[in-house]
Amino acid sequence: MIDGTTLFGLCAAALIGFGLFGLIVHPQPLRKILAFNLLGGGVFLLFGVIARRGAGAGLSSDPVPQALVITGLVVAFAATALAVALLLRLAQATGRITLDAAASDAAPTQTQDADS
Amino acid sequence: MSLALNLFTILSVSIGAFFFLAGTVGLLRFPDPLTRLHALTKADNLGLGLVVMGLLPQVQWPLGTMKLLAVWLFVLLAGTTVSQLMARAARREGPDA
Amino acid sequence: MTLALAVDFGLALLVLAVAGWTIAVRDTFAAVIGFVAYGLLLALIWVRLAAPDVALTEAAIGSGLTGLLLLGAAARLRAIETPATAPGTALRWVAGGLCVLVAAGLAALVLWLPDPAPTLAPMAVAHLPATGLGNPVTGVLVAYRAIDTLLEAVVLLPALIGVWSLASDRCWGGAPILRYPRQDGALTLLAQVLPPFGIILGIYLCWNGADEPGGAFQGGAVLAAMWALILLAGLADAPPVSRRWLRVLLVAGSAVFLAVGLAGIWIAEAFLAYPAGYAKPLILIIEVVLTLSVAVALGLLIAGPPAEDPT
Repeated sequence: MIDGTTLFGLCAAALIGFGLFGLIVHPQPLRKILAFNLLGGGVFLLFGVIARRGAGAGLSSDPVPQALVITGLVVAFAATALAVALLLRLAQATGRITLDAAASDAAPTQTQDADS
Repeated sequence: MSLALNLFTILSVSIGAFFFLAGTVGLLRFPDPLTRLHALTKADNLGLGLVVMGLLPQVQWPLGTMKLLAVWLFVLLAGTTVSQLMARAARREGPDA
Repeated sequence: MTLALAVDFGLALLVLAVAGWTIAVRDTFAAVIGFVAYGLLLALIWVRLAAPDVALTEAAIGSGLTGLLLLGAAARLRAIETPATAPGTALRWVAGGLCVLVAAGLAALVLWLPDPAPTLAPMAVAHLPATGLGNPVTGVLVAYRAIDTLLEAVVLLPALIGVWSLASDRCWGGAPILRYPRQDGALTLLAQVLPPFGIILGIYLCWNGADEPGGAFQGGAVLAAMWALILLAGLADAPPVSRRWLRVLLVAGSAVFLAVGLAGIWIAEAFLAYPAGYAKPLILIIEVVLTLSVAVALGLLIAGPPAEDPT
């Protein structure tokens, strides 16, 4: 019989699969950032499963992986904020949102950059 | 006495859960944003209110009670504000949005 | 026990459904809303995994602040969203197969984890009294693995410098704008009523983090959210990023942490070690200053680079 912790472990594995798929197939950069955060949630959940399995000494969960996840969440937020700022700047500078190098070469800046 | 309180809890939480279910069905089935919001507020106000009321006899007086009431008040506050903002956005974008 | 398992099963199915919908849905704005719901459901799973500290962080930062950031970006990019060329069917199938393979590998790993599981819990508990703390997670964060937490606090600063450096030349050193474009009575009311309670909750989370779930980052995130709410409602403007007091506030947390850590070389045995008997007060000082710095840094990360005032 499967227990709740293993169940969440399998759930985390599936979430990582979903996130990875979104990261690869979505052409829009914002969707890629979103999928990457979704993937990150799954990775953190794996840490949680390992922490829960390490219960002992009166604690119901190993505190070391938990602390690592808290650190990871904050760093992930900082990275997301930087990525979003880069994306908004790209949109402001070129008037379009695409990571496609050919497309941005073929159609150079449609709207003038505010400070150029 | 405790049996009566337990029965009260079960009854109240069950009715609350029913309102949540009805609200969710409405959210999924209603045709436009305003009616969907209407369904959602039923779940928020009546459902959560009944669940909190049902749980009140089960928690410690006074801190547990105050925590539950605070949760209820904050959800109401956030829910009303968000409903307002969404309703205005929906009205701006027209009935077919 | 079976009832708990049924709840876990339902929760896992729900989070998978929301995650799948978030990836599959066409509208970016809807996907972001799905992501916020996903974060809240993850927080519930963290509670089920007996990790309330992580649940608080996930709800506040992973779901709340990240959601706000992505919502703002989605709203601003909505007007110019270009129908980009989606990858072809063949590539989709290859990507799908790859992802199934990765997920299956991880699932196999979960099913064949070593038994008994390796754990550091006994060591964490054994030395906790020396720190004067009651919450082992806070113990790991500020005592055993203080170097991680120090770097975590520091990493917010280069991220913020990166965001600021994306300002256009004319706005250099100016103030970021986070105002909701249409002023709304309901939003204003919320921004007037909620912050007093939110600030109390933030301070409570920081203060309580020593013994109960909570801590500097959770408290800081709640404070940052309250600041962002006030900025959104237009009740106050963000300060220009060139203000000296703002920069002092930003580096204060890391600086105090680093100073205590360096002092540890002389007054205790090692870098980032606390002298016996003084651990608790030193940790409290670090946590309080760190909460403030984290709150300001997170708030400014949401506000984005300095921009021109549209009004």
